Amino acid sequence: MSDVTAEELMAITASRLLADHKVVFAGVGMPLLASGLARHRHAPHLTIVLEGGIIGTSLRPGKLPISTNEMRAAYGAQMLTDITDIFLYAQRGFFDYGFLGAAQVDMYGNINTSVIGTMEHPRVRLPGTGGANDIISLCNEVLIVTQHEPRRFVERVDFVTSPGYLSGGDSRVRAGLINGRLGAVVTDLALLDFEPASRRMRLCGLQPGVTVAQVREQTGFDLLLADDINELTPPSAEEIAEYRELRDGPVLETL
Amino acid sequence: MEHVAVLPKMSRARAERETARRRALDKRMTAEAAVQMIKDGDHVAIGGTLYSRTPMALVFALLAQRRRHLTVSRPLACYEIELFASTGALDRIVSSWVGIGLPWGLPPIFRHYTERGEVAYDEWSHLAMGLRYKAGAMGVPFLPTLTMLGSDLAVRLDLQTVTCPYTGERLAAVPALNPDVALIHAHRADMFGNVQVDGYQHMDVDMARAARTVIVSAEQIVSPEQIAARPDQTMLPHFTVDAVVAAPHGAYPHECYGRYGPDLQHFDAYAAAAKEHGPAAGLRYVQENADPGFASFLAQAGPDRLAALAADAQELMPR
Repeated sequence: MSDVTAEELMAITASRLLADHKVVFAGVGMPLLASGLARHRHAPHLTIVLEGGIIGTSLRPGKLPISTNEMRAAYGAQMLTDITDIFLYAQRGFFDYGFLGAAQVDMYGNINTSVIGTMEHPRVRLPGTGGANDIISLCNEVLIVTQHEPRRFVERVDFVTSPGYLSGGDSRVRAGLINGRLGAVVTDLALLDFEPASRRMRLCGLQPGVTVAQVREQTGFDLLLADDINELTPPSAEEIAEYRELRDGPVLETL
Repeated sequence: MEHVAVLPKMSRARAERETARRRALDKRMTAEAAVQMIKDGDHVAIGGTLYSRTPMALVFALLAQRRRHLTVSRPLACYEIELFASTGALDRIVSSWVGIGLPWGLPPIFRHYTERGEVAYDEWSHLAMGLRYKAGAMGVPFLPTLTMLGSDLAVRLDLQTVTCPYTGERLAAVPALNPDVALIHAHRADMFGNVQVDGYQHMDVDMARAARTVIVSAEQIVSPEQIAARPDQTMLPHFTVDAVVAAPHGAYPHECYGRYGPDLQHFDAYAAAAKEHGPAAGLRYVQENADPGFASFLAQAGPDRLAALAADAQELMPR
Protein backbone atom coordinates (compact mmCIF):
# COMPACT_ATOMS: atom_id res chain seq x y z
CA MET A 1 0.00 0.00 0.00
CA SER A 2 2.71 2.48 0.96
CA ASP A 3 4.06 2.60 -2.59
CA VAL A 4 0.76 3.61 -4.19
CA THR A 5 1.08 6.94 -5.98
CA ALA A 6 -1.45 9.77 -5.74
CA GLU A 7 -2.45 9.12 -9.34
CA GLU A 8 -3.08 5.43 -8.66
CA LEU A 9 -5.07 6.18 -5.52
CA MET A 10 -7.32 8.65 -7.34
CA ALA A 11 -7.89 6.44 -10.36
CA ILE A 12 -8.71 3.37 -8.25
CA THR A 13 -11.09 5.36 -6.01
CA ALA A 14 -12.80 6.84 -9.08
CA SER A 15 -13.10 3.46 -10.82
CA ARG A 16 -15.21 2.14 -7.93
CA LEU A 17 -17.82 4.84 -8.54
CA LEU A 18 -18.65 3.55 -12.03
CA ALA A 19 -21.47 1.00 -12.10
CA ASP A 20 -21.91 -1.85 -14.56
CA HIS A 21 -24.14 -1.41 -17.66
CA LYS A 22 -23.65 2.35 -17.65
CA VAL A 23 -22.15 4.64 -20.29
CA VAL A 24 -19.19 6.85 -19.37
CA PHE A 25 -17.95 9.81 -21.42
CA ALA A 26 -14.26 9.87 -20.51
CA GLY A 27 -11.34 12.13 -21.29
CA VAL A 28 -7.80 10.84 -21.81
CA GLY A 29 -5.48 10.29 -18.87
CA MET A 30 -6.87 9.40 -15.47
CA PRO A 31 -10.59 9.36 -16.41
CA LEU A 32 -9.88 6.85 -19.17
CA LEU A 33 -7.67 4.70 -16.96
CA ALA A 34 -10.27 4.67 -14.18
CA SER A 35 -12.98 3.70 -16.68
CA GLY A 36 -10.79 0.95 -18.11
CA LEU A 37 -10.07 -0.39 -14.64
CA ALA A 38 -13.79 -0.48 -13.80
CA ARG A 39 -14.40 -2.52 -16.97
CA HIS A 40 -11.65 -4.96 -16.02
CA ARG A 41 -13.10 -5.44 -12.55
CA HIS A 42 -16.69 -4.89 -11.42
CA ALA A 43 -18.22 -3.25 -14.52
CA PRO A 44 -17.49 -5.41 -17.61
CA HIS A 45 -20.51 -3.92 -19.42
CA LEU A 46 -19.47 -0.32 -18.85
CA THR A 47 -19.39 1.40 -22.26
CA ILE A 48 -16.58 3.93 -22.71
CA VAL A 49 -17.30 6.81 -25.08
CA LEU A 50 -14.64 9.25 -26.32
CA GLU A 51 -15.26 12.58 -27.96
CA GLY A 52 -13.47 11.72 -31.20
CA GLY A 53 -16.68 9.96 -32.21
CA ILE A 54 -15.76 6.65 -30.61
CA ILE A 55 -18.27 4.41 -28.84
CA GLY A 56 -17.33 1.27 -26.91
CA THR A 57 -13.55 1.43 -27.07
CA SER A 58 -11.50 -1.45 -25.60
CA LEU A 59 -8.23 -0.34 -24.11
CA ARG A 60 -5.06 -2.21 -24.92
CA PRO A 61 -2.93 -2.43 -21.77
CA GLY A 62 0.12 -0.21 -22.10
CA LYS A 63 -1.11 1.31 -25.39
CA LEU A 64 -3.57 3.89 -24.21
CA PRO A 65 -4.44 6.82 -26.47
CA ILE A 66 -2.91 10.24 -25.86
CA SER A 67 -5.78 11.96 -27.66
CA THR A 68 -9.48 11.04 -27.74
CA ASN A 69 -9.36 11.39 -31.52
CA GLU A 70 -6.82 8.83 -32.62
CA MET A 71 -6.65 5.20 -33.70
CA ARG A 72 -5.59 3.90 -30.30
CA ALA A 73 -8.78 5.49 -28.91
CA ALA A 74 -10.79 3.66 -31.56
CA TYR A 75 -9.28 0.24 -30.86
CA GLY A 76 -11.97 -2.42 -30.67
CA ALA A 77 -14.77 0.18 -30.85
CA GLN A 78 -18.38 -0.79 -31.55
CA MET A 79 -19.14 2.39 -33.47
CA LEU A 80 -17.35 5.31 -35.05
CA THR A 81 -19.29 8.49 -35.71
CA ASP A 82 -18.42 12.18 -35.85
CA ILE A 83 -17.56 14.52 -32.99
CA THR A 84 -20.74 16.62 -33.02
CA ASP A 85 -22.83 13.46 -33.01
CA ILE A 86 -21.13 12.18 -29.85
CA PHE A 87 -22.01 15.34 -27.96
CA LEU A 88 -25.59 15.17 -29.22
CA TYR A 89 -25.90 11.71 -27.62
CA ALA A 90 -24.89 13.46 -24.39
CA GLN A 91 -27.48 16.20 -24.93
CA ARG A 92 -30.14 13.54 -25.46
CA GLY A 93 -29.28 11.99 -22.06
CA PHE A 94 -27.58 8.74 -23.09
CA PHE A 95 -24.39 9.26 -21.09
CA ASP A 96 -24.65 8.30 -17.42
CA TYR A 97 -21.30 9.71 -16.41
CA GLY A 98 -19.11 12.51 -17.60
CA PHE A 99 -15.57 12.28 -16.30
CA LEU A 100 -13.31 15.33 -16.03
CA GLY A 101 -9.99 16.48 -14.65
CA ALA A 102 -9.51 20.08 -13.48
CA ALA A 103 -6.66 22.63 -13.47
CA GLN A 104 -8.73 24.74 -11.06
CA VAL A 105 -12.01 23.89 -9.32
CA ASP A 106 -14.00 25.98 -6.83
CA MET A 107 -16.42 25.32 -3.96
CA TYR A 108 -19.36 25.01 -6.38
CA GLY A 109 -17.57 22.67 -8.77
CA ASN A 110 -16.91 25.27 -11.44
CA ILE A 111 -13.84 24.35 -13.48
CA ASN A 112 -11.29 26.60 -15.17
CA THR A 113 -9.16 25.31 -18.04
CA SER A 114 -8.98 28.60 -19.96
CA VAL A 115 -6.79 31.15 -18.21
CA ILE A 116 -4.76 31.80 -15.08
CA GLY A 117 -5.24 35.50 -14.35
CA THR A 118 -7.76 37.41 -16.45
CA MET A 119 -8.50 37.23 -20.16
CA GLU A 120 -7.42 40.89 -20.44
CA HIS A 121 -4.16 40.22 -18.58
CA PRO A 122 -3.52 36.49 -18.73
CA ARG A 123 -0.67 35.07 -16.69
CA VAL A 124 -1.10 31.78 -18.54
CA ARG A 125 -3.41 31.24 -21.49
CA LEU A 126 -4.44 27.60 -21.19
CA PRO A 127 -5.42 25.41 -24.18
CA GLY A 128 -9.17 25.75 -23.54
CA THR A 129 -12.29 23.77 -22.81
CA GLY A 130 -12.24 21.11 -25.49
CA GLY A 131 -15.31 19.06 -24.63
CA ALA A 132 -15.24 19.75 -20.88
CA ASN A 133 -17.87 22.50 -20.98
CA ASP A 134 -20.20 20.20 -22.94
CA ILE A 135 -19.55 17.19 -20.72
CA ILE A 136 -20.39 19.09 -17.51
CA SER A 137 -23.43 20.71 -19.16
CA LEU A 138 -24.90 17.60 -20.76
CA CYS A 139 -23.92 14.31 -19.07
CA ASN A 140 -26.29 12.90 -16.44
CA GLU A 141 -23.76 12.81 -13.60
CA VAL A 142 -20.33 14.39 -13.62
CA LEU A 143 -17.31 13.06 -11.76
CA ILE A 144 -14.26 15.23 -11.22
CA VAL A 145 -10.89 13.71 -10.47
CA THR A 146 -7.92 15.89 -9.55
CA GLN A 147 -5.00 16.20 -7.17
CA HIS A 148 -5.86 17.89 -3.87
CA GLU A 149 -3.82 21.06 -3.47
CA PRO A 150 -4.68 24.67 -2.54
CA ARG A 151 -3.76 26.09 -5.96
CA ARG A 152 -6.31 23.77 -7.57
CA PHE A 153 -9.07 24.01 -4.94
CA VAL A 154 -9.76 27.74 -4.99
CA GLU A 155 -12.58 29.85 -3.56
CA ARG A 156 -13.50 31.28 -6.98
CA VAL A 157 -12.03 30.09 -10.28
CA ASP A 158 -10.40 32.80 -12.40
CA PHE A 159 -12.72 31.90 -15.28
CA VAL A 160 -15.71 29.56 -15.48
CA THR A 161 -14.81 27.39 -18.46
CA SER A 162 -17.06 24.53 -17.35
CA PRO A 163 -20.00 25.46 -15.15
CA GLY A 164 -20.63 23.41 -12.03
CA TYR A 165 -23.22 24.77 -9.62
CA LEU A 166 -22.17 28.36 -10.54
CA SER A 167 -22.89 30.44 -7.38
CA GLY A 168 -24.71 27.62 -5.59
CA GLY A 169 -28.36 26.99 -4.73
CA ASP A 170 -30.42 26.81 -7.93
CA SER A 171 -28.15 29.11 -9.94
CA ARG A 172 -27.14 26.31 -12.35
CA VAL A 173 -30.73 25.61 -13.35
CA ARG A 174 -31.54 29.32 -13.51
CA ALA A 175 -28.70 29.75 -16.01
CA GLY A 176 -30.54 27.29 -18.27
CA LEU A 177 -28.43 24.23 -17.41
CA ILE A 178 -31.39 21.95 -16.87
CA ASN A 179 -29.41 18.76 -17.54
CA GLY A 180 -26.86 16.97 -15.42
CA ARG A 181 -25.65 17.12 -11.88
CA LEU A 182 -22.27 17.03 -10.22
CA GLY A 183 -21.69 13.76 -8.39
CA ALA A 184 -18.36 13.17 -6.73
CA VAL A 185 -14.99 14.87 -6.61
CA VAL A 186 -12.21 12.32 -6.20
CA THR A 187 -8.78 13.38 -4.96
CA ASP A 188 -5.67 11.79 -3.52
CA LEU A 189 -6.85 12.89 -0.06
CA ALA A 190 -10.60 12.55 -0.12
CA LEU A 191 -13.97 11.84 -1.66
CA LEU A 192 -16.27 14.85 -1.80
CA ASP A 193 -19.77 15.68 -3.01
CA PHE A 194 -22.03 18.74 -3.14
CA GLU A 195 -24.46 19.52 -0.31
CA PRO A 196 -27.96 19.38 -1.88
CA ALA A 197 -29.27 22.81 -0.78
CA SER A 198 -26.26 25.13 -0.94
CA ARG A 199 -24.49 23.04 -3.62
CA ARG A 200 -21.22 23.66 -1.82
CA MET A 201 -18.46 21.08 -1.85
CA ARG A 202 -18.64 18.69 1.10
CA LEU A 203 -16.15 16.23 2.50
CA CYS A 204 -17.64 12.76 2.80
CA GLY A 205 -14.72 10.31 2.75
CA LEU A 206 -11.03 10.24 3.58
CA GLN A 207 -8.29 8.32 1.82
CA PRO A 208 -6.58 5.88 4.22
CA GLY A 209 -4.53 7.66 6.89
CA VAL A 210 -5.66 11.17 5.90
CA THR A 211 -7.24 13.50 8.50
CA VAL A 212 -9.96 16.14 8.10
CA ALA A 213 -7.40 18.78 9.10
CA GLN A 214 -5.07 17.70 6.30
CA VAL A 215 -7.85 17.97 3.72
CA ARG A 216 -8.82 21.43 5.01
CA GLU A 217 -5.21 22.54 4.82
CA GLN A 218 -5.04 21.57 1.16
CA THR A 219 -8.34 23.26 0.26
CA GLY A 220 -8.42 26.97 -0.57
CA PHE A 221 -11.97 27.47 0.73
CA ASP A 222 -14.15 26.53 3.67
CA LEU A 223 -15.20 22.92 3.18
CA LEU A 224 -18.54 21.58 4.44
CA LEU A 225 -18.35 18.31 6.39
CA ALA A 226 -20.79 15.44 5.95
CA ASP A 227 -22.36 14.05 9.15
CA ASP A 228 -20.66 10.76 8.64
CA ILE A 229 -17.14 10.89 7.22
CA ASN A 230 -15.84 7.41 6.40
CA GLU A 231 -12.37 6.18 5.72
CA LEU A 232 -12.25 4.86 2.15
CA THR A 233 -11.26 1.25 1.56
CA PRO A 234 -7.58 1.13 0.61
CA PRO A 235 -6.72 -0.06 -2.90
CA SER A 236 -6.32 -3.82 -2.98
CA ALA A 237 -3.21 -5.50 -4.33
CA GLU A 238 -5.30 -6.73 -7.30
CA GLU A 239 -6.61 -3.26 -8.09
CA ILE A 240 -3.11 -1.83 -8.02
CA ALA A 241 -1.71 -4.61 -10.20
CA GLU A 242 -4.53 -4.35 -12.74
CA TYR A 243 -4.26 -0.58 -12.85
CA ARG A 244 -0.52 -0.72 -13.49
CA GLU A 245 -0.92 -3.34 -16.18
CA LEU A 246 -3.53 -1.21 -17.95
CA ARG A 247 -1.29 1.85 -17.80
CA ASP A 248 2.09 0.24 -18.49
CA GLY A 249 1.31 -3.01 -20.25
CA PRO A 250 1.69 -6.62 -19.12
CA VAL A 251 4.47 -7.29 -16.65
CA LEU A 252 7.10 -9.47 -18.30
CA GLU A 253 8.02 -12.54 -16.29
CA THR A 254 11.77 -12.62 -15.70
CA LEU A 255 13.35 -15.99 -15.07
CA MET B 1 -24.07 38.88 -57.63
CA GLU B 2 -24.52 42.60 -56.92
CA HIS B 3 -27.71 42.14 -54.88
CA VAL B 4 -25.95 39.58 -52.67
CA ALA B 5 -24.00 42.18 -50.70
CA VAL B 6 -27.15 43.77 -49.26
CA LEU B 7 -28.69 40.50 -48.02
CA PRO B 8 -28.55 39.45 -44.34
CA LYS B 9 -25.60 37.18 -43.55
CA MET B 10 -27.38 33.82 -43.85
CA SER B 11 -29.22 34.67 -47.04
CA ARG B 12 -25.93 35.91 -48.44
CA ALA B 13 -24.23 32.57 -47.76
CA ARG B 14 -27.12 30.86 -49.53
CA ALA B 15 -27.12 33.23 -52.49
CA GLU B 16 -23.37 32.79 -52.89
CA ARG B 17 -23.86 29.03 -52.92
CA GLU B 18 -26.63 29.25 -55.54
CA THR B 19 -24.62 31.45 -57.85
CA ALA B 20 -21.33 29.60 -57.43
CA ARG B 21 -22.17 26.12 -58.67
CA ARG B 22 -19.31 23.72 -59.17
CA ARG B 23 -19.24 22.07 -62.56
CA ALA B 24 -18.70 18.33 -62.85
CA LEU B 25 -15.23 18.71 -64.31
CA ASP B 26 -11.84 17.24 -63.60
CA LYS B 27 -10.81 19.21 -60.49
CA ARG B 28 -7.39 17.71 -59.99
CA MET B 29 -4.57 20.16 -59.35
CA THR B 30 -1.44 20.56 -57.24
CA ALA B 31 -1.60 21.72 -53.61
CA GLU B 32 0.29 24.87 -54.66
CA ALA B 33 -2.34 25.70 -57.30
CA ALA B 34 -5.24 24.88 -54.99
CA VAL B 35 -4.15 27.19 -52.16
CA GLN B 36 -4.14 30.11 -54.60
CA MET B 37 -7.89 30.15 -53.91
CA ILE B 38 -7.08 31.40 -50.41
CA LYS B 39 -6.68 35.17 -50.00
CA ASP B 40 -5.32 37.41 -47.27
CA GLY B 41 -7.96 37.92 -44.58
CA ASP B 42 -9.80 34.66 -45.33
CA HIS B 43 -11.30 32.34 -42.74
CA VAL B 44 -9.72 28.92 -43.32
CA ALA B 45 -11.26 25.87 -41.63
CA ILE B 46 -8.88 22.93 -41.22
CA GLY B 47 -10.41 19.47 -41.31
CA GLY B 48 -9.68 16.51 -39.08
CA THR B 49 -8.99 17.27 -35.46
CA LEU B 50 -5.88 17.62 -33.32
CA TYR B 51 -3.38 15.18 -34.91
CA SER B 52 -5.90 13.08 -36.82
CA ARG B 53 -6.41 13.38 -40.59
CA THR B 54 -5.05 16.93 -40.68
CA PRO B 55 -4.72 18.08 -44.31
CA MET B 56 -1.01 18.67 -43.75
CA ALA B 57 0.06 18.75 -47.43
CA LEU B 58 -2.47 21.56 -48.00
CA VAL B 59 -1.56 23.32 -44.73
CA PHE B 60 2.13 23.27 -45.65
CA ALA B 61 1.37 24.66 -49.14
CA LEU B 62 -0.66 27.46 -47.54
CA LEU B 63 2.06 28.19 -44.96
CA ALA B 64 4.58 28.56 -47.80
CA GLN B 65 2.40 31.30 -49.32
CA ARG B 66 2.78 33.54 -46.21
CA ARG B 67 -0.77 34.83 -46.38
CA ARG B 68 -1.70 37.57 -43.90
CA HIS B 69 -4.59 38.20 -41.50
CA LEU B 70 -6.05 34.69 -41.65
CA THR B 71 -8.65 33.37 -39.25
CA VAL B 72 -8.17 29.65 -38.71
CA SER B 73 -10.92 27.46 -37.25
CA ARG B 74 -10.67 23.83 -36.16
CA PRO B 75 -12.50 21.60 -33.62
CA LEU B 76 -9.26 20.97 -31.67
CA ALA B 77 -6.21 22.75 -33.05
CA CYS B 78 -2.76 21.20 -33.06
CA TYR B 79 0.64 22.81 -33.66
CA GLU B 80 -0.24 23.99 -37.19
CA ILE B 81 -1.83 26.94 -35.35
CA GLU B 82 1.58 27.84 -33.97
CA LEU B 83 3.10 27.67 -37.47
CA PHE B 84 0.55 30.11 -38.88
CA ALA B 85 1.18 32.43 -35.92
CA SER B 86 5.00 32.18 -36.19
CA THR B 87 4.95 33.20 -39.85
CA GLY B 88 2.75 36.23 -39.20
CA ALA B 89 -0.21 34.73 -41.08
CA LEU B 90 -2.66 34.49 -38.21
CA ASP B 91 -5.03 37.07 -36.70
CA ARG B 92 -7.59 34.86 -35.01
CA ILE B 93 -8.12 31.28 -33.80
CA VAL B 94 -11.65 29.87 -33.58
CA SER B 95 -11.48 26.55 -31.70
CA SER B 96 -12.19 24.75 -28.45
CA TRP B 97 -8.63 23.67 -27.62
CA VAL B 98 -5.06 24.32 -28.77
CA GLY B 99 -2.06 22.06 -28.13
CA ILE B 100 -0.64 18.69 -29.14
CA GLY B 101 -1.60 16.66 -26.08
CA LEU B 102 -0.88 16.20 -22.38
CA PRO B 103 2.66 14.74 -22.79
CA TRP B 104 3.86 17.83 -24.68
CA GLY B 105 2.66 20.38 -22.11
CA LEU B 106 1.27 23.84 -22.76
CA PRO B 107 1.94 25.11 -26.30
CA PRO B 108 4.55 27.89 -25.89
CA ILE B 109 4.10 29.69 -29.22
CA PHE B 110 0.32 29.76 -28.79
CA ARG B 111 0.90 31.24 -25.34
CA HIS B 112 3.35 33.81 -26.72
CA TYR B 113 0.86 35.26 -29.20
CA THR B 114 -2.39 34.95 -27.24
CA GLU B 115 -1.00 36.24 -23.94
CA ARG B 116 0.32 39.34 -25.73
CA GLY B 117 -3.01 39.82 -27.50
CA GLU B 118 -1.30 39.55 -30.90
CA VAL B 119 -3.51 36.65 -31.94
CA ALA B 120 -7.16 36.53 -30.79
CA TYR B 121 -8.61 33.23 -29.60
CA ASP B 122 -12.38 32.76 -29.75
CA GLU B 123 -12.80 29.79 -27.42
CA TRP B 124 -16.05 27.90 -28.06
CA SER B 125 -16.99 24.55 -26.55
CA HIS B 126 -16.29 21.50 -28.71
CA LEU B 127 -20.00 20.89 -29.36
CA ALA B 128 -20.54 24.58 -30.11
CA MET B 129 -17.81 24.37 -32.79
CA GLY B 130 -19.64 21.39 -34.29
CA LEU B 131 -23.02 23.10 -34.18
CA ARG B 132 -21.58 26.28 -35.71
CA TYR B 133 -20.33 24.32 -38.74
CA LYS B 134 -23.59 22.32 -38.78
CA ALA B 135 -25.75 25.46 -38.81
CA GLY B 136 -23.58 26.74 -41.67
CA ALA B 137 -24.00 23.41 -43.46
CA MET B 138 -27.78 23.39 -42.86
CA GLY B 139 -28.27 26.89 -44.25
CA VAL B 140 -29.75 28.29 -41.02
CA PRO B 141 -28.33 31.24 -39.00
CA PHE B 142 -28.03 29.45 -35.64
CA LEU B 143 -28.77 26.22 -33.80
CA PRO B 144 -30.27 25.93 -30.31
CA THR B 145 -28.40 23.89 -27.70
CA LEU B 146 -28.19 23.31 -23.95
CA THR B 147 -24.43 23.65 -23.70
CA MET B 148 -22.20 26.67 -22.89
CA LEU B 149 -24.93 28.29 -20.77
CA GLY B 150 -23.82 29.93 -17.52
CA SER B 151 -20.12 29.84 -18.45
CA ASP B 152 -17.67 32.72 -18.82
CA LEU B 153 -17.04 31.40 -22.35
CA ALA B 154 -20.60 32.47 -23.19
CA VAL B 155 -20.11 35.88 -21.57
CA ARG B 156 -16.86 36.49 -23.41
CA LEU B 157 -18.33 35.53 -26.79
CA ASP B 158 -21.55 37.46 -26.13
CA LEU B 159 -23.44 34.22 -26.80
CA GLN B 160 -27.17 34.92 -27.05
CA THR B 161 -30.05 32.76 -25.90
CA VAL B 162 -33.33 31.99 -27.59
CA THR B 163 -36.70 31.03 -26.10
CA CYS B 164 -38.44 27.98 -27.54
CA PRO B 165 -41.67 29.20 -29.17
CA TYR B 166 -43.43 25.94 -28.17
CA THR B 167 -42.32 25.29 -24.60
CA GLY B 168 -40.87 28.58 -23.40
CA GLU B 169 -37.54 26.92 -22.49
CA ARG B 170 -34.37 28.94 -22.87
CA LEU B 171 -31.50 27.66 -25.01
CA ALA B 172 -28.14 28.92 -26.20
CA ALA B 173 -28.23 30.14 -29.83
CA VAL B 174 -24.96 29.11 -31.44
CA PRO B 175 -24.28 31.18 -34.59
CA ALA B 176 -23.55 29.58 -37.98
CA LEU B 177 -19.97 29.48 -39.18
CA ASN B 178 -19.43 29.68 -42.95
CA PRO B 179 -15.65 29.54 -43.55
CA ASP B 180 -14.28 31.05 -46.75
CA VAL B 181 -12.27 27.89 -47.39
CA ALA B 182 -12.24 24.39 -45.91
CA LEU B 183 -9.18 22.15 -46.25
CA ILE B 184 -10.02 18.44 -45.94
CA HIS B 185 -7.84 15.34 -46.14
CA ALA B 186 -9.54 12.10 -47.19
CA HIS B 187 -8.67 8.51 -47.97
CA ARG B 188 -10.06 8.48 -51.51
CA ALA B 189 -11.49 10.92 -54.05
CA ASP B 190 -12.25 10.79 -57.75
CA MET B 191 -11.29 13.60 -60.11
CA PHE B 192 -14.74 15.19 -59.80
CA GLY B 193 -14.45 15.49 -56.02
CA ASN B 194 -16.55 12.60 -54.75
CA VAL B 195 -14.83 12.00 -51.42
CA GLN B 196 -14.61 8.89 -49.22
CA VAL B 197 -13.22 8.55 -45.73
CA ASP B 198 -12.57 5.52 -43.51
CA GLY B 199 -13.04 5.65 -39.74
CA TYR B 200 -14.26 8.65 -37.79
CA GLN B 201 -15.32 11.75 -39.71
CA HIS B 202 -14.50 14.45 -37.13
CA MET B 203 -16.48 17.56 -38.26
CA ASP B 204 -15.38 17.40 -41.88
CA VAL B 205 -18.78 16.96 -43.54
CA ASP B 206 -20.41 19.96 -41.89
CA MET B 207 -17.25 22.05 -42.22
CA ALA B 208 -17.05 21.40 -45.96
CA ARG B 209 -20.75 21.95 -46.62
CA ALA B 210 -20.62 25.23 -44.68
CA ALA B 211 -17.57 26.57 -46.53
CA ARG B 212 -17.65 28.70 -49.67
CA THR B 213 -14.65 26.93 -51.20
CA VAL B 214 -13.56 23.35 -50.48
CA ILE B 215 -10.12 21.91 -51.21
CA VAL B 216 -9.74 18.16 -50.72
CA SER B 217 -6.49 16.23 -50.63
CA ALA B 218 -6.64 12.45 -50.83
CA GLU B 219 -4.35 9.53 -50.10
CA GLN B 220 -5.53 8.02 -53.38
CA ILE B 221 -7.24 9.35 -56.49
CA VAL B 222 -9.59 6.60 -57.62
CA SER B 223 -11.89 6.14 -60.62
CA PRO B 224 -15.56 7.24 -60.47
CA GLU B 225 -16.39 3.51 -60.76
CA GLN B 226 -14.45 2.76 -57.58
CA ILE B 227 -16.44 5.46 -55.78
CA ALA B 228 -19.71 4.08 -57.13
CA ALA B 229 -18.75 0.58 -55.99
CA ARG B 230 -19.08 1.79 -52.35
CA PRO B 231 -21.47 4.77 -52.42
CA ASP B 232 -22.22 4.34 -48.70
CA GLN B 233 -18.62 5.37 -47.97
CA THR B 234 -18.94 8.69 -49.79
CA MET B 235 -18.76 11.57 -47.30
CA LEU B 236 -18.97 14.50 -49.74
CA PRO B 237 -20.50 14.56 -53.23
CA HIS B 238 -18.66 16.23 -56.12
CA PHE B 239 -20.81 19.39 -56.13
CA THR B 240 -19.49 20.34 -52.69
CA VAL B 241 -15.84 20.29 -53.79
CA ASP B 242 -13.74 22.81 -55.76
CA ALA B 243 -10.31 21.18 -55.94
CA VAL B 244 -8.87 17.67 -55.64
CA VAL B 245 -5.22 17.21 -54.74
CA ALA B 246 -3.41 13.85 -54.83
CA ALA B 247 -1.51 13.63 -51.54
CA PRO B 248 -0.30 10.20 -50.39
CA HIS B 249 0.77 10.54 -46.75
CA GLY B 250 -0.93 13.93 -46.95
CA ALA B 251 -1.68 14.02 -43.20
CA TYR B 252 1.87 13.12 -42.11
CA PRO B 253 3.21 13.63 -39.40
CA HIS B 254 -0.38 13.38 -38.14
CA GLU B 255 -2.33 10.12 -38.42
CA CYS B 256 -4.68 8.92 -41.12
CA TYR B 257 -7.11 6.23 -39.92
CA GLY B 258 -6.09 2.78 -41.11
CA ARG B 259 -3.19 4.15 -43.19
CA TYR B 260 -0.58 5.42 -40.77
CA GLY B 261 -0.19 6.42 -37.13
CA PRO B 262 1.08 9.77 -35.81
CA ASP B 263 4.83 10.43 -35.74
CA LEU B 264 5.17 11.12 -32.02
CA GLN B 265 8.95 11.59 -32.25
CA HIS B 266 8.42 14.38 -34.76
CA PHE B 267 6.08 16.04 -32.23
CA ASP B 268 8.72 15.61 -29.49
CA ALA B 269 11.35 17.38 -31.59
CA TYR B 270 8.97 20.18 -32.55
CA ALA B 271 7.76 20.69 -28.97
CA ALA B 272 11.32 20.79 -27.61
CA ALA B 273 12.35 23.41 -30.18
CA ALA B 274 9.20 25.48 -29.56
CA LYS B 275 9.84 25.39 -25.82
CA GLU B 276 13.42 26.55 -26.23
CA HIS B 277 13.12 29.10 -29.03
CA GLY B 278 9.43 30.14 -29.16
CA PRO B 279 8.14 31.70 -32.40
CA ALA B 280 11.61 31.54 -34.00
CA ALA B 281 11.34 27.73 -33.85
CA GLY B 282 7.94 27.89 -35.55
CA LEU B 283 9.31 30.03 -38.34
CA ARG B 284 12.35 27.77 -38.77
CA TYR B 285 10.11 24.70 -38.88
CA VAL B 286 8.12 26.25 -41.73
CA GLN B 287 11.27 27.26 -43.60
CA GLU B 288 12.79 23.82 -43.26
CA ASN B 289 9.70 21.65 -43.72
CA ALA B 290 6.93 23.54 -45.52
CA ASP B 291 8.75 25.91 -47.87
CA PRO B 292 10.71 23.23 -49.80
CA GLY B 293 7.43 21.40 -50.62
CA PHE B 294 5.63 18.40 -49.19
CA ALA B 295 7.46 15.81 -51.33
CA SER B 296 10.76 16.93 -49.86
CA PHE B 297 9.27 16.83 -46.34
CA LEU B 298 8.18 13.20 -46.87
CA ALA B 299 11.59 12.34 -48.33
CA GLN B 300 13.21 13.75 -45.17
CA ALA B 301 11.06 11.47 -43.04
CA GLY B 302 12.18 8.60 -45.25
CA PRO B 303 10.46 5.41 -46.42
CA ASP B 304 11.42 3.38 -43.33
CA ARG B 305 9.76 5.83 -40.96
CA LEU B 306 6.62 5.98 -43.12
CA ALA B 307 6.51 2.18 -43.31
CA ALA B 308 6.80 1.87 -39.53
CA LEU B 309 3.90 4.32 -39.05
CA ALA B 310 1.82 2.35 -41.55
CA ALA B 311 2.51 -0.81 -39.56
CA ASP B 312 1.40 0.98 -36.35
CA ALA B 313 -1.94 1.77 -37.99
CA GLN B 314 -2.39 -1.76 -39.33
CA GLU B 315 -1.92 -3.19 -35.86
CA LEU B 316 -4.89 -1.16 -34.59
CA MET B 317 -7.34 -2.04 -37.37
CA PRO B 318 -10.33 -4.31 -36.74
CA ARG B 319 -9.81 -7.80 -38.10
